[in-house]
Amino acid sequence: MDQDGANHKFLTDGKNLVITPRFSPVGPEITYMAFQGYKKNLEAQVYLMNLLTGTKQPLGKFKGMTYSPRFTPDGKKVIFSQTRSQGTSSLYEMDPHTHQLMQITNSIGIDTSPCHSPDGRQIVFNSDRGGKRQLYVMNSDGSQPERISFGEGIYATPVWSPRGDFIAFTKMHKGRFYIGVMRPDGSGERLLTEGFVLEGPTWAPNGRLILYTRITPSDRHGRGGTSKLYAIDLTGKIEFLLPTPGNASDGAWSPIDYR
Amino acid sequence: MKIRDLALMSALAIAVAACETGPSSTDDDSMSSGKDAYGFAAGSQEDLTVTAGDRVFYGFDMYNLTPEGEATIAREAEWLAKYPNSTVTVAGHCDERGTKEYNLGLGMRRATTHKNGLVGSGVDAGRIAVISYGKEDPIVEGSSEEAYAQNRVTIVTLN
Repeated sequence: MDQDGANHKFLTDGKNLVITPRFSPVGPEITYMAFQGYKKNLEAQVYLMNLLTGTKQPLGKFKGMTYSPRFTPDGKKVIFSQTRSQGTSSLYEMDPHTHQLMQITNSIGIDTSPCHSPDGRQIVFNSDRGGKRQLYVMNSDGSQPERISFGEGIYATPVWSPRGDFIAFTKMHKGRFYIGVMRPDGSGERLLTEGFVLEGPTWAPNGRLILYTRITPSDRHGRGGTSKLYAIDLTGKIEFLLPTPGNASDGAWSPIDYR
Repeated sequence: MKIRDLALMSALAIAVAACETGPSSTDDDSMSSGKDAYGFAAGSQEDLTVTAGDRVFYGFDMYNLTPEGEATIAREAEWLAKYPNSTVTVAGHCDERGTKEYNLGLGMRRATTHKNGLVGSGVDAGRIAVISYGKEDPIVEGSSEEAYAQNRVTIVTLN
């Protein structure tokens, strides 16, 4: 759809559960996670879709469940989480053309939501390796992971600004959810907005506006709850709803208009 | 999802009704008649659900077993020993108060805990597949602590 919510078009047929679509920074492709089938022979894997041809294909063949995909800044690889036999999740990177797989982390917990710095040299990610969920930055080969979040509460879904100057994140504290930003070294944490359940910040290409998902509670029959896309600027002063045809989540900004 | 909830509720309703009069037949009788004590086909999903229990619950953000969870897994392992040709899928779920991606990982930790419990009770690991729905397929609708407690769960389904 357009950035004002107009001209939406459905890319998938609604038969399967599809989450976390992300654009390639260089080509007409998205990567996302989808469930195929139900209960029996269920596959939960990362897929690629060409937006011009509509062709969909799994990123590769994996032993575990794969999720949380994102393109590298050069668009040549996809970084994602894969579950291991003991239930943990580690980060991997794959070139979709050669299918060459590289293991980036070897976690005792859950490593997920990886996102490269715009220069491709570092990766910010979410991990509970130290107990509570925190944000970590490491080199793109997985070396020298360092925790950068030290405030109260727990942190998730870090995304590096395309300008490189901030990392946006979801924070959970005392039962409330927040969208915030911090410098890549963890300094200068600022919370921009709060609510019942907020998550999944994503940057506009200008690095000054953030899109996120805002969920409102539902009653005991599951009614009344909504999931909507909102945008907020870096000052936290300008915040607005993006109209969508129904409930929406996991927005992503395209580098160019492919339609 | 609604249909599945209804199926479960009717199974529970029948289980309660059966308890009032007490199971009338012994296990041996049920095996020979092809029905369990509650009237379900021996070896069926309903049989597993009412005689052993198909789900294990977890605390907020937790994936360790409670004593109740361990007891359920012990009954499931016993049930699976009676039907050695059956294979199952253990699906992990989380409540809505978390982030999608982390919850996919958390659901897999829960499913793996459940699987490891079954394996520890003698079930062949090759009979058990695991999957995580994270918070994408809640069992119970609603934004209440009651609903969340039902949604922090692993469920065993016969393949």
